Amino acid sequence: MTADQRKHLAVLAAIWAALLFAPYWMPFFGGYTALGSRVLVLGLGAMSVNFLLGFTGVLSFGHAAWFGLGAYACGLTLKHIALSTPLGLLAGTLVGGVAGALLGALLVRRRGIYFAMVTIAFGQVFYYIAFQWLSLTGGDDGLRGFARQPLDFGLFQIDLLHNDIYFYYFVLFCFAVAVGLMAFILGSPFGRTMIAIRENERRARFLGIPVELHIWIAFALSCFFMAFAGSLYALVNNFADPRMLHYSLSGDFVIMAVMGGMRTFWGPLLGAIVFVVLQDYISSVTVNWMSFIGLLIVLIVLFFPRGFLGMLRPRRTA
Amino acid sequence: MSALEVEHLTKRFGSLVAVHDISLTVEPGELRAVIGPNGAGKTTLFNLVSGFFAPSAGSILFDGADITGVPAHRRVGLGMARTFQITEIFPELTVFENIRIVAEVAAGYRLRPWLNRSEKAELRGRIDETLALAALSGKADRVVGELAHGDQRVAEIAMALALKPNLLLLDEPTAGMGDQETYEITQLIRRLHKAGKLTIILIEHDMRVVFHLADRITVLDQGRLLAEGTPQEIAANAAVQTAYLGQAA
Ligand SMILES: Nc1ncnc2c1ncn2[C@@H]1O[C@H](COP(=O)(O)OP(=O)(O)OP(=O)(O)O)[C@@H](O)[C@H]1O
Ligand SMILES: [Mg+2]
Repeated sequence: MTADQRKHLAVLAAIWAALLFAPYWMPFFGGYTALGSRVLVLGLGAMSVNFLLGFTGVLSFGHAAWFGLGAYACGLTLKHIALSTPLGLLAGTLVGGVAGALLGALLVRRRGIYFAMVTIAFGQVFYYIAFQWLSLTGGDDGLRGFARQPLDFGLFQIDLLHNDIYFYYFVLFCFAVAVGLMAFILGSPFGRTMIAIRENERRARFLGIPVELHIWIAFALSCFFMAFAGSLYALVNNFADPRMLHYSLSGDFVIMAVMGGMRTFWGPLLGAIVFVVLQDYISSVTVNWMSFIGLLIVLIVLFFPRGFLGMLRPRRTA
Repeated sequence: MSALEVEHLTKRFGSLVAVHDISLTVEPGELRAVIGPNGAGKTTLFNLVSGFFAPSAGSILFDGADITGVPAHRRVGLGMARTFQITEIFPELTVFENIRIVAEVAAGYRLRPWLNRSEKAELRGRIDETLALAALSGKADRVVGELAHGDQRVAEIAMALALKPNLLLLDEPTAGMGDQETYEITQLIRRLHKAGKLTIILIEHDMRVVFHLADRITVLDQGRLLAEGTPQEIAANAAVQTAYLGQAA
């Protein structure tokens, strides 16, 4: 094993240990378990956005659409179709992911700002639908009347609803599966074509990579991850509302990714931790918490143009 | 059978005729230099041969088969590789990773979620072979964008070699290089040409490189074929003297 690999393993072990024991160390820093669950879910969202942004070089400013669709589909499934947490997750992931994959096919030829604009537009369409379709979504009041269900293993059940720690570990398990899959894809020959497109699209095309097809696949995968995160978010809150579809949330995800370091695999999680924790603390002091985030972003862009982790590791990732 | 046959090839950009009714034949294993003043149409000729532009008229035969309508990436599959006048690399990746991506795509693995052990081993062999051929083994783990300009050009040539081409098109490989780098890349091209049965077409402004390497020389001027012959013939050609060599000297 080379020194680099050893270091890489040590960092991975540290990250997973920190996440695994979070319910036990967070309280010392004023954290609480439910906050940990929220950080993980939003962190997964930021990592999903970054799957596309940091590793394919494509900026979507409407990814909250797939997040919110996942949340609504998960909530509606639990409310009307089946009292099952896994089925809710599955339904949310499929609905948001398939919608993203279909609409993504329409925009793979666009680049840069045009791509971002169209993704915002898609997101806003779903926002207004959720806002207007009172009978289904509850409109501005949000979707209520569902709750995460116990995990039923036949011999025993795990109560996710009342026990925050059980629920945290459930979320951590889901997070680990999704993130493991992401890392696996990025390390595959297909993942390397994504990075090639990011590095030099012209060159990738000359090489014989059908760039549009590969961007579409990367986009669709990222939508599925996003919808999975959104479904989990519905479970975190036992609630879904139109703001989960809104482009300002899409922007938040992009901020988390850029703040943490978009060329790094774990950066967006760190960005999400900083973002959510600041939001949690500062919003209890002042309603203008967003201006603090704004100030922080300015400082980061000035002093850490590659994000927190990008500074530690000036080059690439796992 | 010729390695490459170009027949009455023409490319117009609006009213500009960048390549005007050019016919030429390159034999297998030949090292052909293409020279000519700026704007003569050399790069455009490469773009036509490699399939980046569709010709306005004329046809292209590769190993005897008509490839005029074949898209660029398929021509790569048929054994044609090129480098670019302006270096085209994946700058934040290492030399190894640059070559690996080329080798993986060339092997048809671009959509694969994983490779099995023997596929990996074979790929690894191909990458190592390419690195050795380009004398880049010692720099495999360096980030390409951080290498010296000359080494970046060599890395780009190595990327083309990873495609295992029969025909290699090099667009001004020594552009922007100092004497030492130019010498090294000249040696590299000579070695590649000697080592394999590689047919090479080389666009080059540096006459020392051209006369050192070329079996035959094609001279373009304002989109037209001005002259073709051995280095001795070209050096003695009066039209070339006035159009190009005279002005360059
Ligand atoms: N895509 C294009 N669109 C329009 N005009 C073009 C295009 N590509 C080349 N040209 C024009 O065609 C002519 C030939 O250009 P080309 O790049 O082939 O010259 P060249 O011989 O490679 O010159 P140099 O030695 O400067 O590289 C030039 O007048 C150029 O401006
Ligand atoms: Mg040129």
